[in-house]
Order: sequence, then structure tokens, then C-alpha cells
Amino acid sequence: MINKRRSTAVLIGLLAATALTGPAPALADEEETPVEPPKVELVLDVSGSMRARDIDGRSRIAVAQQAFNEVVDALPEETQLGIRVLGATYRGKDKKQGCLDTQQIVPVGAVDRTQAKAAVATLRPTGFTPVGLALREAARDLGTGATARRIVLITDGEDTCAPPDPCEVARELAAQGTKLVVDTLGLAPDEKVRRQLLCIAGATGGTYTAAQSAEELTGRIKQLVDRARDTHTAAPTVVGGSAECANAPLLGPGVYSDREAVSEHRWYRVPVRPGQELRASVSVALDRPLNPDHGVLLRATATDGRELVRGVDAGSGRTDVVSAGLRWSATEDPADGASPTPEATAAVPATTVCLVVSNSFALRPGTQTTPGMPVELMIDVVASSPAPAAPDLGRGWVLLVLLTLAGLLTGLVAGLLTRWWVATWREN
Amino acid sequence: MRTAMIRTGAALAAAGLALLAAPAPAGAAPTPSPGATPVTRAGTSFLTATGVAAGQPVRVDASIGDHLYWSFPASAGERHEITATVSFPKSRTGASTWTVEVFDGLRRRQSCTAGAQTPTVDATAGSVALGCTLRQVRSWAEPWSADPLPGTYYVRLSVPRLAEADLGLPVDVDLLVGADDAGSRDDGDLKAPLVPNTKAGTVLNAEPTAAPAEEETTGFAGWLPDLGSRWIWSTVGGVLAAVAGVVGFALTRRPRRP
Repeated sequence: MINKRRSTAVLIGLLAATALTGPAPALADEEETPVEPPKVELVLDVSGSMRARDIDGRSRIAVAQQAFNEVVDALPEETQLGIRVLGATYRGKDKKQGCLDTQQIVPVGAVDRTQAKAAVATLRPTGFTPVGLALREAARDLGTGATARRIVLITDGEDTCAPPDPCEVARELAAQGTKLVVDTLGLAPDEKVRRQLLCIAGATGGTYTAAQSAEELTGRIKQLVDRARDTHTAAPTVVGGSAECANAPLLGPGVYSDREAVSEHRWYRVPVRPGQELRASVSVALDRPLNPDHGVLLRATATDGRELVRGVDAGSGRTDVVSAGLRWSATEDPADGASPTPEATAAVPATTVCLVVSNSFALRPGTQTTPGMPVELMIDVVASSPAPAAPDLGRGWVLLVLLTLAGLLTGLVAGLLTRWWVATWREN
Repeated sequence: MRTAMIRTGAALAAAGLALLAAPAPAGAAPTPSPGATPVTRAGTSFLTATGVAAGQPVRVDASIGDHLYWSFPASAGERHEITATVSFPKSRTGASTWTVEVFDGLRRRQSCTAGAQTPTVDATAGSVALGCTLRQVRSWAEPWSADPLPGTYYVRLSVPRLAEADLGLPVDVDLLVGADDAGSRDDGDLKAPLVPNTKAGTVLNAEPTAAPAEEETTGFAGWLPDLGSRWIWSTVGGVLAAVAGVVGFALTRRPRRP
């Protein structure tokens, strides 16, 4: 009686113990916050056309001024904001002089709210629209540094001062060392303006928005300023891949940026030790007009050119980046006869793996080929994960139930047989 | 007495069967977990993707043509289902095709096993619903395979085909990542999850000499099998079988009269 109770309790206890098992892999994700504060500059067009009263019955400049005031009020503490205007002062007709008309009215730094608002309030629509020059100056205002910078360009009209073509300027700025993103806001529903702003945004990985109300404009600028803070990451290291593996740059783990022209091959090298796994991913940004079908190929080869593994992706249609990735780890050394001594393992040289990035883009006629398209390369070398060598054992609740039932059945049969045997033995 | 024992046995068997039937894949759309803080942001590239957790609703204002990125962590055995709704407050000039794409930590494209991944809507539609159900995350896979592994996953929402005049118009985006943990049944585990190393890299001058010999800390704890390993399951099964055998044997005995 007592024994039976105890056995039931043991059974329940065992079931409860097994119920507590379960895999729980923790994803360690340590973030390193960059020391530099997020930097953003608003570039506002104050050319003559901003006088047009077509946004909710108010002039474009009035709407922009109101939006700027609200943005300055809601500015996050750590964000450094600057404001640059273009076409704000020159009243004359001389295009040459009018196209030099751009000033920084609030320097990039911790913002003095009252001063910034006062500076914005005095703006009156006046001159030409030198967008290209303003962008170049804005990039200079933001300076160089280890983190990404953002420019928010608000304009209502096409650049009237090309050359320089603002889109070319944007591409040139993006190709320089510092990571620069230009977000654009168009205040007029005009096709030419939209094309130009889309081109500027596309060249730098920024966004384009058609703002047709004060609310939309304010909301969007606020979002972009917040985004400058939220997405404030260390800019990748600039590296130049070479045309062949032998003299390619040797990369450690981390993120790199490079440029690659259409149909170009760029080589890099990564040292991988035995017991390590190479992980690489690449993104090629489509920063200019291309034919709709596209593809990118990332291959890992040995130094003798033998392919180890490849990552590939292709697509069709409008996109920002095409990415591919791969994993590779050295297979177990086949000539590993005797177990190596610790001294021997310490001296094992790293295998050099060559990585080559190639693409299958096609430029639309009339599109510039240089500088190449932005490439983002991510390298990581981690401990390799060997193939599981599991023993011939089982796992899971089904197994437990099956074994228990089998045990029960065996017990019952054994019990019945014993009874029968005892009965026949007694009779005889 | 015997009837009581039989009842106990039946109850245990029923409990076991109930446990077996528990991990049934849910076919319903994911719902936000109660009390989760909504996310009102989105990144614009892989490096700046906004992190979300499963069950955390995302609601963000955007423009047509934006490429919006989110990332979420996944662990072995989970199945993820992503649902998104894009609503258009303004009328548009032409049809547009929307897409939700998922990439793993190595930016490799992930297949959707179900869901409207690339729906097309005409100019008059007020909203479009997108969905993508991912494969079950494996605990281990060959380096050469493209199986989904634990780590970071990226979701990209974009519009691959549209009338160009519609670019820049406002849209509201709702997105939800739902996770259904069916439990991992695979052997092997990934030593390091596919979490991208986002630090700025360093170009090495020369090939590093002699590897620092990493001596594995194999103490006594290293020899103990994991709690969820086959060794433990099988041992427990053996013990249960033995106990059940004794119980079964006891059941056949003639009840002792006092």
C-alpha cells in the first residue's frame, strides 16, 4: 500500500523533472555606443518661389518656418542641429552671384532654441536655388568623423544653378570618406523637382517625401531628426578592394565600405584559423538609375582560386541594396593522425580565404559609371560549429511515454506469467 | 485498491498524451502580446534597422518609396510569422506592388513558406496586407546550407514596382512579428548565433602569427550532458520504464486481505 503510493509519487516526480527541460540559447548582443553626438543639418530653400501660397492657403516659407520652430522645440537633447539656407539674401538678377548665395544661419552644435527660432523667423523668400553648392557646404559644416551624418534638404524648386548638378554633388559627397545621408522633402508637386530630389536621396541612401501640408512637413522633419539619433551608428571602415587576391587587403572582423563599378570584381582576404568559421555578407547599394534586373555574387575562394562557397542574390524592380552572405569553416584536417600537442596547435597557421564581390547590374544609358556603387562588407570570424555527433539515443515526450508503456506492459505480462506459474506449481 | 491504481495509471497516460498533443502549429495570425510597447520607428538600412521583439506591434508613418528595416532575434525551434498592413491616406495615380522580404544575420534572403509576400494593389485601394511565414529556425546547419539559424533576422518593407508619380506620398505602416516556439528537435548547436558584427572593421597589416592556443576549460561540468540532451531523456525514460514495470507487476498481484 505504502509502496504503491510511493511509486506513484516517484513517477509523478520524474515527469515533473523532465518537464523542466528546454533549450534556452541567450543571444548576447552588446552594443557599443559611439562617443560622437548625432549630427544633422537642415538645408532650407528660401528662393523666390517659396512665396507661393499653395499649402493649405499659406505660403511655403511660412509653413516651413512653422515646421522648423516645432522641430527645434522637440529637438532631442543630445542631437546637434545646424540650419543652412540657400537663396536667402541676393536680390539681384546676376545668376553667377545668386548661385553663390548660401549661408549657415545656425551652426551645427547644441542648439540655442530662441536664437535658432529668431534666425528662422527673419527669412524672406528672395533669390536663386543653388542646391548643389548648399549640399557641398552643408557636408563641410557637418565635418568629418567616425559616425554617419544626416542632411535634410527642404526645397520647392529645381536647382537653377547647375552645374554643379546637385545629384552629382550628392554622389560625390557620398563617395567621400564620411558616411552622409541626404533626406529630401519636396514642397511642390512638380515632376522635375521630384526627379531631382529622388536622385539626390537615392545617391546617398536617403529618402524622398512629398510634403503637401504643414502637418506632414513637421511630422517628417521630426521623424528624420529623431532617426539621426536612433540610427546613430559608427560608420564602416573605408577599404579599397583590389583586382586580384594576391594583393588584396587583409580584413579583420567588422564592417567595411567600398565602391564597386558595374561588372567590376573586388577582392579581399580574411585569415581563418582551424576551428574557426568565416562569415561574410555584402550589400551593394543601387545608387543610380539601373536596369530593373540585378544581382550580386559573393564568392569565397582558396588562394589557389578553388571556390569554397558562394552567396548569391538577384532580383528585379526597385530596391535599395542587393545582399548576399556566406559561411565557411575549414573541414577537419584529414592528415590529423596523432593527437597534436598543445605547442603544435598553437603554431597552426591561419588559412587565408579570398573573398570576391561581383555584380550583374546594367546601367541605363547616360548614367555615370564613376564613382562605383557603394559596397558594404561585413566580416566575422567566430568559433566553428562542428557537425553534431549524437549517440544512438532518444529524446522527447513520446519516448518517455513509449518506454513507460513498454515497462508497464512488461510488468503486467511478467506479473501474469508469475501468477500463472505459481498457480500451476501449487497445483502440482 | 486496484481500481485506484488503474485510475492513476490512466490519468498518467492521459497526461502524457496531452503533453504530446501540445505543440500543434498555430494557423492563426499573430497577435500583439499584451502590454508590449509599440515601436514607432524604422531603420533605413541593414546597419540602422530598428530592433523589435516578437509580439511587439510596429506603427510608423512613412513615404511611398522608403525602404524600411526592422530586426528581430530568433532562437532555435521558433517559427516566425510576419504580418504588415500598409494604408494609404491619399489617392494614387497607378497600381503598386509591395513586398516584405526577410534576411538572416548574414543578409541571406529567407524564403516565406506562406503569406502574401508581394501583393499588388490598384490605385484606388485603401490599404494592402502583406504576410510572410518563415521556416522553423534550426539549431545547427552545415555552413554551406541556407537553412534558417538562430540569430538576428531583418525585415525589409518596400515597393518594387509603382507609378513614379506616387513616390513620396504618405503611408501608414503596421507590422507585427509573431513567434511560435515549436521546440527544437535538432541535434547540434551553433557556437555563435548569426548576429552581425557591426563594429567598424580594422584592416590588418600582416597575417597574424601563431594563433593564441585557446585551451578549452574542460572541468567536471564540461563532461555533464545538457539538461535537454538525449542522454538525460533516455535515462529518464529507462527509469520510468523500470518504475512502470514494477507498477505493472504489482497490479497483477492478488490483493492482500488483512
